[in-house]
Amino acid sequence: MSNFTSVLKQYNWDEQWENIHSKTPLDVARALEAKQPDLEDFTALISPAAQGYLEQMAQKSSTLTKNRFGNTMQMYAPLYLSNECQNICTYCGFSFTNKIPRRTLSDKEILMEAQFLKQKGYQHILLVTGEASQRVGVDYLYNAIALLKPHFANISVEVQPLDQQDYESLISQGLYATLVYQETYHRDTYKTHHPKGKKSNFDYRLQTPDRLARAGIHKIGIGALLGLEDWRVDSFFTALHLNYLQTTYWKTRYSISFPRLRPFSGGIDPKVQMTDADLLQLICAYRIVFEDVELSISTREPAKFRDQLVHLGITSMSAESKTNPGGYVVEPQSLEQFDISDERTTESIAQMLKNSGLEPVWKDWEPLL
Amino acid sequence: MNTKLTIAGKSFHSRLLTGTGKFSSSHMMQQAILASESELVTVALKRVDLENEQHSILQGLTHDHISLLPNTSGVRNAEEAVFAAQMAKEALGTNWVKVEIHPDAKYLLPDPIETLKACEQLVKLGFVVMPYIHADPVLCKRLEDVGAQCVMPLGAPIGTNKGLKTLDFLEIIIQQSKVPVIVDAGIGSPSHACWAMEIGADAVLVNTAIAVSKNPIQMAKAFKMAVEAGAMAYQAKLAQQTDTPQATSPLTQFLYE
Repeated sequence: MSNFTSVLKQYNWDEQWENIHSKTPLDVARALEAKQPDLEDFTALISPAAQGYLEQMAQKSSTLTKNRFGNTMQMYAPLYLSNECQNICTYCGFSFTNKIPRRTLSDKEILMEAQFLKQKGYQHILLVTGEASQRVGVDYLYNAIALLKPHFANISVEVQPLDQQDYESLISQGLYATLVYQETYHRDTYKTHHPKGKKSNFDYRLQTPDRLARAGIHKIGIGALLGLEDWRVDSFFTALHLNYLQTTYWKTRYSISFPRLRPFSGGIDPKVQMTDADLLQLICAYRIVFEDVELSISTREPAKFRDQLVHLGITSMSAESKTNPGGYVVEPQSLEQFDISDERTTESIAQMLKNSGLEPVWKDWEPLL
Repeated sequence: MNTKLTIAGKSFHSRLLTGTGKFSSSHMMQQAILASESELVTVALKRVDLENEQHSILQGLTHDHISLLPNTSGVRNAEEAVFAAQMAKEALGTNWVKVEIHPDAKYLLPDPIETLKACEQLVKLGFVVMPYIHADPVLCKRLEDVGAQCVMPLGAPIGTNKGLKTLDFLEIIIQQSKVPVIVDAGIGSPSHACWAMEIGADAVLVNTAIAVSKNPIQMAKAFKMAVEAGAMAYQAKLAQQTDTPQATSPLTQFLYE
């Protein structure tokens, strides 16, 4: 059965870098006018040549988003279940080698955290764990979804990649979406940042969306950890991945996230800095070429920047997030996976959206379906 | 065309159906819907939150003249659509359902096979079914055969505001249909809505064009007027279009005087 590895092998990283950097203002203008923009147009829109077109890109992205998604913003919150992890990831606070207290929430603790998010109004939640198959395997996730299903309309996970039958099992329990970021599409750089643990298997991770789609999941979120490598080339490959998935698994919905490398104690510095203007350019490029895709922004980004992005292409956002298991009520003082930048409360984010002419959407799924 | 729209024995003064998505606030949605004078308003079951009234899309839609029309948006096949209709009946107390099955995530185009299956089952279960479909005349007759109380062919892909791209097929559907034809999806301006009514559609459904407008309340009124104008024009019988000039004072009249 075909998968994305065979597609990726047809491309060369350096050639794509050259292609992106060879784009001219004329290519950008053509991309902005294209009736059905394609991957070459995407390449033009993320190129340095497009920096001078940012205002036009933002205008177009804003109009397209409003038309497709309306004056709304989907709200979600992460619920960290565990920080146990056997992987070494050089950029992550949960990395195996980091000497931090490890915690996996019990049933009672999961429900305590859930209650907090529920009373804040959240109906869409994202369950997050590290990769510790013994303690936090499929059975643990299955149980967590079963516990939470009566309380939330829409449950997604961001956990270790699983086999197709494991996804089928979780979907049957009520799993709606899975987020799995490739981190980088550069094989060698990937190996450098993931030297140990199951995550060091580049292709198993790369083929995760294939397995998810075959298992019949409703939505798949992909992305690259922006800063590990050249963000332009990594974003080209993310778009290539998205394009492959959309045409192969046409019944599945997709979302793109934009995690910029954030500091944590003892972490690494980004190899390539990505400015706010760069990130905005990338968001607009996605919207212009992939009109229907959900674009998500987390609390990693600063408040002021997020307040502007809500009009420029983003369709879902989190608020008041805690990235440590038990962070909401069980053990608020424990160490976070990464530093949160936008620390405003859910209520103040909702008010900001309303003041900006946007309706926060709390429920957009029917769990019994 | 009677002056009222009648579906499954229920009559409506308004021939403009509206949607509830994409508005900037529930207050704005309510005001726009009231301004449209729409009596049949569709709402996605997945947006309904019976537990949390403060966040519910139903807030502000409790008016005697407004009937809610739950839709099955989000389902991917007939089985899920039937289940969603049953849930909607329980939640909203209506056996009316707009069947929307669009597994195509990109263009949200309706699946004709699953839609036909779902409608057949739902009719047997006692539902008033209103299927959202492509402008396919044969499918419309098949839906009529299984008991659909109306058909809702699209003018253009949903949310595109491109107007009546399927015009030739809509005309065939209207000509052949024994049940009301409601043009759904793609209507981007009052002139599109008016045009649909002029060709004989029984009603139109508009959401994006109102909700995303800079002034949804005024746009809702504009659509109301356009739908009324189109329906009146259809009833008054439009003059034929012709490529040859037709003089108001014929030149050969003297021969017969």
